[in-house]
Amino acid sequence: MAETAAPSSTAVGERPLKAMTKAGFADRERLLARVMLLPSIVYIVALVAIPFFVAIAYSVSDVTTGNASYDFVGLRQYRTIVEDAVFRKALWNTLIFTALTMVLVVVFGKILALVLTSEFRGKWVVRFLVLLPWTTPVALATVNWLWLLDSLFSPIDWLLRQYGLLGDPSALFGASQHLTYLGKPHLAQASVIAVQAWRLIPLAAVIMMAGITAIPHELHDATEVDGAGAWRSYWEVTFPLTLPIMAVATLFGAILTFTDMTVVRVLTNGGPLHSTEVLASWAYTKGIGGGDLGQGAAIALFLFPLLLAAAVLILQAVKRMEVL
Amino acid sequence: MTVAATPTSAATVERRTGLSVEVRDLVKRFDGHDRAAVDGVSITTEEGEYLVLLGPSGCGKTTLLRMIAGLEHQTSGDVLIGGDVVNGLPPRARRIAMVFQSYALYPHKTVRDNISFPLRAAKIDKAEQQRRIGWAAELLGIGRLLDRRPRHLSGGERQRVALARALVREPSVFLLDEPLSNLDAKLRTSARDDLREFHDRVGTTTVYVTHDQVEAMGMGDRIVVMLDGQVRQIGPPVEVYEHPADIFVATFLGSPPMNLVRRDGAIVGFRPEKMLPASVLGGRTDGHVVTHLDVHRIEHLSGDRHLHGTLTGLGEPTQVIVRLPATVLVPIDTGTTVDMVVRESDLRFFDASTEKAAPAVPLGDVHG
Repeated sequence: MAETAAPSSTAVGERPLKAMTKAGFADRERLLARVMLLPSIVYIVALVAIPFFVAIAYSVSDVTTGNASYDFVGLRQYRTIVEDAVFRKALWNTLIFTALTMVLVVVFGKILALVLTSEFRGKWVVRFLVLLPWTTPVALATVNWLWLLDSLFSPIDWLLRQYGLLGDPSALFGASQHLTYLGKPHLAQASVIAVQAWRLIPLAAVIMMAGITAIPHELHDATEVDGAGAWRSYWEVTFPLTLPIMAVATLFGAILTFTDMTVVRVLTNGGPLHSTEVLASWAYTKGIGGGDLGQGAAIALFLFPLLLAAAVLILQAVKRMEVL
Repeated sequence: MTVAATPTSAATVERRTGLSVEVRDLVKRFDGHDRAAVDGVSITTEEGEYLVLLGPSGCGKTTLLRMIAGLEHQTSGDVLIGGDVVNGLPPRARRIAMVFQSYALYPHKTVRDNISFPLRAAKIDKAEQQRRIGWAAELLGIGRLLDRRPRHLSGGERQRVALARALVREPSVFLLDEPLSNLDAKLRTSARDDLREFHDRVGTTTVYVTHDQVEAMGMGDRIVVMLDGQVRQIGPPVEVYEHPADIFVATFLGSPPMNLVRRDGAIVGFRPEKMLPASVLGGRTDGHVVTHLDVHRIEHLSGDRHLHGTLTGLGEPTQVIVRLPATVLVPIDTGTTVDMVVRESDLRFFDASTEKAAPAVPLGDVHG
């Protein structure tokens, strides 16, 4: 017994030593780190960095789809677009749509997050339903909304008529049978904002839920023992502690709204009368639709300073979360 | 300019005896659990008493404390504070203050704002707030920390801030949930002294939860030993240690725990420090039981010798640990068998089936 055990134990002892002299690929951390990073670096360079610098180069040139020869024209493209009333409308719309969408997203996202973190029966079903808008592709969801807001067949109009709010001289929304949401400038703008908010609220709610559940339970116990009511407990403890993550949710939402052209493109195509035009849709219309790559690039670059500011603010909020 | 009388910390501590806390047949069942977390507990504290709830984790001691605080609602039974039933009252109306295991300081507030939080919640005016903050800060020696945030404090400092926050409300009962478990071993010893001294100065009734028998023995006026949601024994530390009500208490308290030896359907127990080499008595073994210890291993711990070995002569041969104090100089070697004695009055008897303490049985002549 002892004789057979002895050789086998030395053999087992030798094996790891041999293996250790030659470190495997998985043990070479520096190399491994670089290989792991490579796909994302390729992705960022190919799809973010190169297009960004090409856009800067185009914005100071007269390149069009018809004439691809590169001629430097300085800031002429910028002067042209700034003088254009549609551009100014698109810039203003982009800012206003984003701001109003964010107000809705923060308010309703926060309420949803508070509802979803409380205990009630059927919580999982509600959570699932709430998340659905976020999982639906933007374009498909917007097509859905296109039907909901249809000038003739809108079920929203139908509901309003059923409740006597529409289609009667004394009704709240007037005597007309249809509100034609996407046909009137203000209603069209409101529709775009509503759809943007609808698709971003779930994301914001989930981020804020994470923030609320990250607060240690003993802190809530402490506020209760310390005699604070629900109001004081929320505003003095829960709110300040979730503020950084709310900022992150808001800024993410702002970036997504700010750069989005799908909703406008599908819902209104910028109309009526350019009343829902935003920078992204106008850059597309000018640059791709109209073939003026230089102008399209110059319009799109107006997004950059605001995106940069948002990114800096996100990083600051994350830093604040780390030190809390 | 008139010079206001600056109170010194010792002088301003006004001793309040605090209110008594009583629980009657308290039961707590959590949804989805078969076993009750707290299973019919009845305890009454004296006014100003320091009562320690001791037990292994999961024994229901924290749940019991949270029910006294009003953070958890009992399934049945009553909680009384100062003789009044407080069952339906929220924590803020129970005149209690609680210190949590994690201290639960508000991380975004300064120490000053942490301490003033309960005062602002109680709508106490600014001047009085300042007076109380100053008083608590001086009492606990945290005056220089008032403008810092919790993350810049050490564990011991956080504990003091948590105490200060509990103190400024001038509660009638302090509820402490393992407040020392986040401190390192060295700090824990001094914090233990501080906490007890603080209690003696303030005089408020205190209910203290711990799983650490050293804390319980050292701090409590009385100890409540709990297991599986039930009280196993209540009594002063010495009584619980010397006369454990059952085998669980006998082995949970003491380090090393009580030695237990099977004998004729009963269980005989003795504390490790109660056994000595027979040679120490110089042949006068009246009132002692003579046994034999086959020594396997000797450990030297803080000057004491811990003898690990097999004991014969008291009952069935059993593995035991004997702690010889540093003052016993009898040479003992590993591998030898030594005659050991234990005073008959130091033996404890337990029923083998119920594991409860049983009356002493005369051992007569014992032969190994």
